[in-house]
Amino acid sequence: MILVIAIVLLVVGSVIFHFVSPWNFTPLASNWSAIDNTISITVLITGIVFILVNLFMAYAIYRFRYRKDRKADYEPENKKLEIWLTGITTVGIAALLAPGLFAWSSFISKPDDAKMVEVVGKQWHWLYRFPGDDGVLGATDPRFVNPDNPFGIDPSDPAGQDDILVFSNILHLPVNEPYEFKMRAMDVLHNFGVPHFRAKMDMVPGMVTSMWLEPTRVGNFEVVCMQLCGMGHHAMRGRVVVQEPEDFEQWLAHQPTFAESMEENHWGNPENGEALYQTCAGCHGTAGEGNPALNAPKLSGMSNQYLIRQLEYYRDGVRGAHEDDALGQQMAGMMVTLPDEQAIRDVSAYLSTLPDRPAANSIEGDLSRGEQYYASCADCHGASGEGNYYTRAPRLAGQLDTYLVRQIENFKSGVRGSHEQDQYGMQMRLFAQRVQTEQQINDLVAYINSLEPDSDSD
Amino acid sequence: MTHVPIADLPMDDHHPTSFAAKYVWSQDHKVIAIQYATIAIFVGVVALILSAFMRLQLGFPDTFSFINPNTYLQYMTMHGMIMVVYMLTALLLGGFGNYLIPLMVGARDMAFPYLNMLSVWFYFVSVLILLASFFVTGGPTGAGWTLYPPQTILPGTPGNEWGIILMILSLAVFIVAFTMGGLNYVTTVMQARTHGMTLMRMPLTIWGIFIASWMGLLAFPALLVSAIMMAMDLLLGTSFFMPTLVSLGNSVDHSGGSPLLFQHLFWFFGHPEVYIVALPAFGMVSDVLATHARKNIFGYRMMVWAIVIIGALSFLVWGHHMYVSGMNLPFGFFFATATLIIAVPTALKVYNWTLTLWQGNIKLTSPMLFAIGFIFTFVHGGLTGLFLGNVIVDVPLADTMFVVAHFHMVMGVSTVMVIFAAIYHWYPLITGRMMHEGMAKIHFWTTFLGSYAVFLPMHYLGFMGVPRRYFAMGDTAFMPESTHALNASITVFALILIAFQSVFIINLIWTLKYGRKAGKNPWGATSLEWQTPDVPPAHGNWGAKLPVVHRWAYDYSVPNATQDFIPQTVPQGDMMEKSSDGPAEGTETTEGKPS
Amino acid sequence: MSLIARLTERSWDPATSAAAAASATGPMDVFAGRQVMLHIFLVIVSVIFLLFFLTFIAHSQYPGFETLTGEPWKPLASTTQLWINTGVLAMASLMMHMGLTRARQGLTGQAVGFTMVAAFFTIQFVLAQLWLWRDLHGMGHTLVSNPSHSYFYLMTAVHVLHLVGGLVIMLGALAIIWRRAAVERLERSLKLCSTYWHYLLGLWLVLFVLLTRSPETYRTIAILCGLG
Repeated sequence: MILVIAIVLLVVGSVIFHFVSPWNFTPLASNWSAIDNTISITVLITGIVFILVNLFMAYAIYRFRYRKDRKADYEPENKKLEIWLTGITTVGIAALLAPGLFAWSSFISKPDDAKMVEVVGKQWHWLYRFPGDDGVLGATDPRFVNPDNPFGIDPSDPAGQDDILVFSNILHLPVNEPYEFKMRAMDVLHNFGVPHFRAKMDMVPGMVTSMWLEPTRVGNFEVVCMQLCGMGHHAMRGRVVVQEPEDFEQWLAHQPTFAESMEENHWGNPENGEALYQTCAGCHGTAGEGNPALNAPKLSGMSNQYLIRQLEYYRDGVRGAHEDDALGQQMAGMMVTLPDEQAIRDVSAYLSTLPDRPAANSIEGDLSRGEQYYASCADCHGASGEGNYYTRAPRLAGQLDTYLVRQIENFKSGVRGSHEQDQYGMQMRLFAQRVQTEQQINDLVAYINSLEPDSDSD
Repeated sequence: MTHVPIADLPMDDHHPTSFAAKYVWSQDHKVIAIQYATIAIFVGVVALILSAFMRLQLGFPDTFSFINPNTYLQYMTMHGMIMVVYMLTALLLGGFGNYLIPLMVGARDMAFPYLNMLSVWFYFVSVLILLASFFVTGGPTGAGWTLYPPQTILPGTPGNEWGIILMILSLAVFIVAFTMGGLNYVTTVMQARTHGMTLMRMPLTIWGIFIASWMGLLAFPALLVSAIMMAMDLLLGTSFFMPTLVSLGNSVDHSGGSPLLFQHLFWFFGHPEVYIVALPAFGMVSDVLATHARKNIFGYRMMVWAIVIIGALSFLVWGHHMYVSGMNLPFGFFFATATLIIAVPTALKVYNWTLTLWQGNIKLTSPMLFAIGFIFTFVHGGLTGLFLGNVIVDVPLADTMFVVAHFHMVMGVSTVMVIFAAIYHWYPLITGRMMHEGMAKIHFWTTFLGSYAVFLPMHYLGFMGVPRRYFAMGDTAFMPESTHALNASITVFALILIAFQSVFIINLIWTLKYGRKAGKNPWGATSLEWQTPDVPPAHGNWGAKLPVVHRWAYDYSVPNATQDFIPQTVPQGDMMEKSSDGPAEGTETTEGKPS
Repeated sequence: MSLIARLTERSWDPATSAAAAASATGPMDVFAGRQVMLHIFLVIVSVIFLLFFLTFIAHSQYPGFETLTGEPWKPLASTTQLWINTGVLAMASLMMHMGLTRARQGLTGQAVGFTMVAAFFTIQFVLAQLWLWRDLHGMGHTLVSNPSHSYFYLMTAVHVLHLVGGLVIMLGALAIIWRRAAVERLERSLKLCSTYWHYLLGLWLVLFVLLTRSPETYRTIAILCGLG
């Protein structure tokens, strides 16, 4: 009897849960209402079957519960009933399948006027590329990948020269325009999925996959990687910013073409940067060696790429805008000395030419425990803390250890990395949780202090 | 050359005497079954504990420092692989298959007892190799149980050096073990059925195990092939699955391989594997339902055909695991259609189970409770399968927690429900003692309600778009704040669920010594395994003469019969009210010599 | 009774079921069991090779797949050595068959003699295959130089391993028969062995045909299989 009540309650409870649960599909932001409709049909049909079969079973258990004086019926089979059940089931299945297949056929045939954007998956972020004026994406090969050419575009292919490159996890798209996503992966399997768009597709190294969709709502949507891609899988997130077409065009105009990005001083001219740096040297030291007394981190040995990104963050209020980040606010205030994008690049370029001298250490900790914690860091920052352009992780070895401790604390508390444009800071926010106590942070930083990379690779 | 039927070989000179011969190097299918089951339950408990670690991280992120992104992926991989292959497959086929096939078809043992013994020892070795990977440098592989290349063998994925080698080696040894066992199960069913045991007189348990063994024999080679090719990519530098790529900034010396090829091979094994686990469960639950509802299984022939059809079709639907993998997109039409066609015979099985209850005389014993729990959870898991099988609906749901919830409901919870039902049902035969009913009921209610509380809400995480295999979600815009509370509650229920499994283990061990004596055929079952002269069945199973089968396995509540079940060994016409014979029992009453 | 009839038996119905039971054979003997097992095993081997073939064909459609045939200068464009190897394996198979017919006639000595000759030819085939590998390797077509070459080595190696395994089992069985002087088991053992050898000969022929096709043929097969 309890069983009968339990089954009925579970059925009723499941139905109630379905309707009152605050956890359900995100509001649709693309053209794929056909997917949502098919889901609704599926929920309806399967829901009815779920209710009917279980209530029937509960009733049978109640009505035919054991009685000593009763004998069960003897009925090996009932052809008519079985044929009816087969027929009804087949109809139900067809009702699910038909709309699904129609939706699928439009899912796999992109409209002729769809524009194109390429998504490149790599451990553990995405890069994006637009085809430029010629409408054709240049040829690529993983063999061309290097710090200057992270997309692996074939430098000799004329079609690639005008390709517009987005060196960021954040993709902008115009609203109400169909886009075909050409997807490839640099290293392992990845995926590009936006819950609000419903569509997703894996990226497979060695081939190009594709999907299409049309954003229908202006907004800022989170991208998640949906295919296990290694240790940092859960930290592989990005954003799609859907804008009015004119805003989008403006944004696109700010992104460099491949040819531009390969120009000699595109990422900064160290000669111009030297003069600019003199204002910074007061705190950060003439050789960029940093100054623990002034809480200024060491800048020498850091990669150009990382320095540019952080300076832009300071400029744009992505970093140093948090109310609890007094030191960051100081730095953000200093950004007036770097008037434009070119200044930021020049000073970064200058800094990356300075020879790296490890800073003096002051933090003590247990190295073997620190090594264990560092296991979660090594894949991105390198086994020797040398940093890696590929994962966009800065060099850690040789940095001022008090600065490292402060940044870990900032990431943990959300003082740094919680701005939605700081996609790499978001990754650090997830990973900084690995160390909980002050002692653990010290152990980790002490271990980083002990690292000695062979060369000054970035 | 005289033909000596294996059935009537004199068994006496084979009776083992020493302890080692009896329990360690035994060739008796019953001992081998128990060895299989013991190892399988042991690794199952290991995998269960791993799942507790995962849930702790998901429910209470970063509270436990030994769980980091690497170990999380390793726990996840090992949990999945152990549960699917080393626990479910081994327990259902190696355990129940070994124990029940000879007894239910009326054979003295498996067709090749020596091979059978080798099978269990190979299985044991494969488990040792698998568990050894916890102790090598870098730990076990963390590539997910699907072991997708290229990440499986590249830096950035834990265990990419030694862990994956041990995993591949262990799988290869397991496949050898399974093949030796599977050849035995199939040959025994085909060749060693006793007199009068026609195919359609076999209980559905045997049908389920028989077809599942066939499927295993044909599907595991795909896993073997992919494992060999991946091992060559890893160790010899070939490029079967490895294209030109850059790994964490370094070029890798491969070119021309295809990662998708591995996925095709893997799922050509992986999908039938689902049914390798499900079909024996379908079979066993049918027999438990019929016995405890005191009614013949409804639509026996349809049930057999459905098992055969499901088994055959399951080789044509592997692509539904790969809708968004980047494979040729129009394949989606074919795979979605084939997948949803499978739903028809599967639905018929569900109808027939519930119709077996209709007009029955239902005893809510502990096996029956679990069998009904199976129907409920299987209906739920089967219906969510219709979401994922329908290609366009799979697009938003693929690789989300919905998938996790679905396959746990259908492969984890419902199959384990049957395993529990089967253990409670056949324990009296295996040990001669009844399991404790009170403990069994506590076990049922916590397992049934607990698992539903764990997996029902998990579907909704998937609706929201929460990806699977995520170590931590962090703060995301599309998840309301309350999601963290939901995750925590799932973890709490999961821990309760896991903790209460100890009641089962205690019951299992305690009743071995202190349980109530069961006597012969305590449930009043008709099938052959309950009609042995000794309980538990002795070596050779049948005493001097093999049983002769006179009827199908479901003569419950036959009109005008003197009792509500007629064993298969009772000749037609006996035990009817007009005849004055008393209840017949087992082989003693069989007349007529083997022809 | 046909399989269909057996699978549609109304087994609850005393009248039809008794007839079905009467026509059932009951348990079979050990040898029949072994034969069934061998056949199932060969089905499994076939599945393994079928999967190799399918992945090979699928792979042949990826860019950069260089077959060993197709152009006159490719190593397998001339199939002479393959034909010689085929002849050797065919001799092994034939000798095995001769051994079996002698065993059937009760000519134990001759049967064992032919079997030994078969074993000799089998070993010759294995050596010839190793020779072929050495040649290919020497020409720069190594295991890792192209996926196509990897497939060649992999498939021929798995085939050779099956032969070697069969050889070990056969010699073991002969040794047991010798030790126990159980001549009556010879015919049955040889029957199983010759089935296995014929199968491996057939498998080799399929491998031969598949591996010496031109890229255009692979393209056609791939399209026919829906893999193109």
